[in-house]
Amino acid sequence: MKIDVKRVAKLASLPLSEAEEEKYSKQLSKILDYIEQLNEVDTLDVEPTFNVTGLSNAMREDQVGDCTIPQEEAISNAPVKKDGFIVTKGVFNE
Amino acid sequence: MKYETVIGIEVHVELNTKTKMFCRCSADYFGKEPNTHTCPVCLGLPGSLPIINEEAIKKCIQIGLALGCTISSKSLFERKNYFYPDLPKGYQISQYRWPLCIKGELKLDSGKVIRVNRAHQEEDTAKLTHQGGESLIDFNRSSVPLVEVVTEPDFSSSEEVREYAQKLQQIFRYLGVSNADMERGDMRLEANVSVRPEGQTELPPYRVELKNINSFRFMVAAIEYEVKRQIEAHEKGEKLSQETRGWNEDKKETYLQRSKEEAHDYRYFPEPDLPELKNMDQIKVDLPELPSKKTERFVSDYELNKQQVGILVESIEMADYFEKVVEAGKQNNVTPVQIANYIVNKKVDLSVDPKQIINDIQDKTSNLISDDAEFEKLAKQAIEENQKSADDFRAGKENAIQALIGGVMRLSKGKADAAQTVKILRKLLE
Ligand SMILES: [Zn+2]
Repeated sequence: MKIDVKRVAKLASLPLSEAEEEKYSKQLSKILDYIEQLNEVDTLDVEPTFNVTGLSNAMREDQVGDCTIPQEEAISNAPVKKDGFIVTKGVFNE
Repeated sequence: MKYETVIGIEVHVELNTKTKMFCRCSADYFGKEPNTHTCPVCLGLPGSLPIINEEAIKKCIQIGLALGCTISSKSLFERKNYFYPDLPKGYQISQYRWPLCIKGELKLDSGKVIRVNRAHQEEDTAKLTHQGGESLIDFNRSSVPLVEVVTEPDFSSSEEVREYAQKLQQIFRYLGVSNADMERGDMRLEANVSVRPEGQTELPPYRVELKNINSFRFMVAAIEYEVKRQIEAHEKGEKLSQETRGWNEDKKETYLQRSKEEAHDYRYFPEPDLPELKNMDQIKVDLPELPSKKTERFVSDYELNKQQVGILVESIEMADYFEKVVEAGKQNNVTPVQIANYIVNKKVDLSVDPKQIINDIQDKTSNLISDDAEFEKLAKQAIEENQKSADDFRAGKENAIQALIGGVMRLSKGKADAAQTVKILRKLLE
């Protein structure tokens, strides 16, 4: 099965060199062929499953909990920060 | 050639739940220090797991029912995949193929029905502030519950859009699910606008998305500008394309934000971390009497005109107040029409005791104080004699004004109009 690696890479925001495109194109095609085998199973009368836990309506009460972390910790992984904000390249400068 | 406008509207409304959609962080983020309401879930850290806020689901169902939607028995969340700095996980948890509420409608005053395609539950993104060449990210808003209401392309003018948006805002407030304040961003409008030759039934092959517009007025202006721009382009034989535009209030024109050459592909798939919702149509939620029903009832029961009723039902508080005064007027043969006239004309403050309104209406013929200076003197005196109540009121105790109203009544020997009294007291206490 053929795959448009350029497009997939763009959607995943991954920069690929031409050599990598070539390489991953082959690899991904092989993976898809492997997965294709599942199509041999007759699933006409089977409901699609999206969840294997068997749970439903797992909900919680609307009560504030103690999960919240301090500001320093929340932004600690960001390379650039300012006044408690995380700083990123301007999204409006194209 | 004559053209007609085709508009569809998407409204996002932030729910006023205590906590966020998928974690227990406080959702009360407005005006708070940046990044102080976050946890591994709403920061999108690897390994964290979302849990659904039941209250948000109930509020989404309320919205759906208020719009006459069918509540889906089975509903699923899905991942909407795209990259943007306000989206830490690289996807937004939203709904696509199994929305909670489907196929409703909202009727405009003209009788025209706007079809609602869906109302679904999702999470808000972080807030970006653009400053100089960079953007600042605040994750306090990340994952706050958001409901999206999508219409079919049923609008044919900016006025219809305004009416729809205002009616929707009123419904959100009646339901008490959101402040629905546009300037604060609780409620956000997006319009998909295109034009086609009159008489053509199929939809135009493009649409322009108007986004990030934070007031009804600007939205109306943007749509009107856009319709003109598109008709001119058609007449010049130019091809219009799929794009996103914003509104520049200084120049009074729309401007290109993003062209959609690269058709985006959200690659939706069911959220594996959230089990499905079942039997959602069995969930019991309370619905108040909605504005349209209330309007009908006020017109028929109280024999009021539609315009007056429009003002009386603007908010649920106002409508309840009016009915309290009507109740108070029953023993004194003061009619609902008299009361409606009085409340609408005097723009009565809701803290005035309903009995007082009745007294005022009955006393109308007797000589009420009409001189503003005289009035102000009495009000000042009442405040001086009761500094404690004045201080309490200034400190935020709304009820403290009652004692001061009483004071003015006493000093004027009952000749002060209650509505007027409240107004002057408020002015003096500001
Ligand atoms: Zn959180």
